[in-house]
Amino acid sequence: MGLFRSALDYLGAAGHWTGYDGILPLTLSHLKITLIAVLLAAAVGLTLGIALGHARRGGAVVTVLANLTRAVPVLGLLALLATNGSLGVTATSAILALAVFAIAPILTNAYTGMSTVDPETLEAASGLGMSGRQVLLGVELPLALPLLAAGLRTAVLQVFATATIASFVGASTLGNLIADGQATSSYDQVLAGAICIAVIAVILDLLLGAVQALVTPGTANPLRRVADRRAAEPAEATAKLP
Amino acid sequence: MILSAAPSCYSRSVNAWFCSQYVHDYSGDIQHAFIQHVRLSVLILAISIVLSFPLALLALRSRLIRSSILSLLGIIYTIPSLALFVLLQPVFGVTHSTPVVVALVGYAQLLLVRNVLVGLEEVPEEVLEAARGTGYGPLRLLLGVRIPIAVPAILAGIRLTTVSTIALLSVGGLIQQGGLGQLILDGQQRDIRAQVVTGVIIIVALALVADLLLLLVQRLATPWARVRT
Repeated sequence: MGLFRSALDYLGAAGHWTGYDGILPLTLSHLKITLIAVLLAAAVGLTLGIALGHARRGGAVVTVLANLTRAVPVLGLLALLATNGSLGVTATSAILALAVFAIAPILTNAYTGMSTVDPETLEAASGLGMSGRQVLLGVELPLALPLLAAGLRTAVLQVFATATIASFVGASTLGNLIADGQATSSYDQVLAGAICIAVIAVILDLLLGAVQALVTPGTANPLRRVADRRAAEPAEATAKLP
Repeated sequence: MILSAAPSCYSRSVNAWFCSQYVHDYSGDIQHAFIQHVRLSVLILAISIVLSFPLALLALRSRLIRSSILSLLGIIYTIPSLALFVLLQPVFGVTHSTPVVVALVGYAQLLLVRNVLVGLEEVPEEVLEAARGTGYGPLRLLLGVRIPIAVPAILAGIRLTTVSTIALLSVGGLIQQGGLGQLILDGQQRDIRAQVVTGVIIIVALALVADLLLLLVQRLATPWARVRT
């Protein structure tokens, strides 16, 4: 366990936190890359998922897409990107790759959330005289919200984890600590980097879990409870990605 | 007299994405990486499946145990794979594959335990009553009634875990323990496109073939059930 102590010593040294390759700037850059990639993925995934789920069309395509992304090794696609001389590796291409990976969980959850809203509820809403737009904004979307949130949570964690790996193909993230540490045989740095990544991932998950719980109140409304259960245990569609 | 042979398709000047000459010349390396990938995947899946049943049965004992186990597995699942591999290295050694195996078994537990629980819990209460009424003890009830009825859900969990393990194992290449992942990274570092593409294609093909085989098992094991994926 001496290695763990040396990693804690590494984390205890103020000089390791600042500076060009310090923990703080790398954390900020890691989070920034994650945020941009998830926003890009959400723009595509939410739009498509909500539209398809609302129309209740394209379910087969969504399922195939989700299954395919499970089988594709993220590491391999990043390496492909890095080997492509014409594109080169820039922060931009890494962010684009991360965004593409993140579309699937957002899209599938949004689709499921929209398409599993009880049709009778929608009929009842129309029966009350709500316009199509009112039904969509006032009934469907709120009922789908727990799953929309679940998809975004999965996507954030997935992109955060993949960004760790992306440091090996040039993105500036906390993965740099591991990559540089391995290259220079500084095992305290490697371990310190892993600790930071693990701790931040768990904190992110707890924060997003709290947000998810906020938009999924366990009220007396039985529809809410059904949605809650769906979001709490998505037995499918959440293969561990990176 | 031959002045110069045409450059091979994986040479620096051509560097094609698809190159059968590469596959031919490096078949030994590819085979080695493939075998390691399959060997580790099978090992991880075997340990994971064996471990998931006692965990699921333990979780069935009480709501508190159930939520503790699932929360703990959830936290493990949240940790990015590269970080978990590295964190396990001081415990299990830097030079062999144990950290990768332990980490992937840990991830697999969430998927498997959850599915085993879903399967065991969806057994209708009337069925259990009927079995008890005909004199089934707790163990016979579990082995003879609950687990057989849970088979579709359990197999669905195993399929998901298999595909995700095969893909995720490649990340182990970053700590020199990833079978085909290592082939991919080596190709990227040496700038041989064909090597990267070959590695990716074999991993995807391996995952799809494993999934199809398990689908077949699922159909054979549950002839009464319509397969729901």
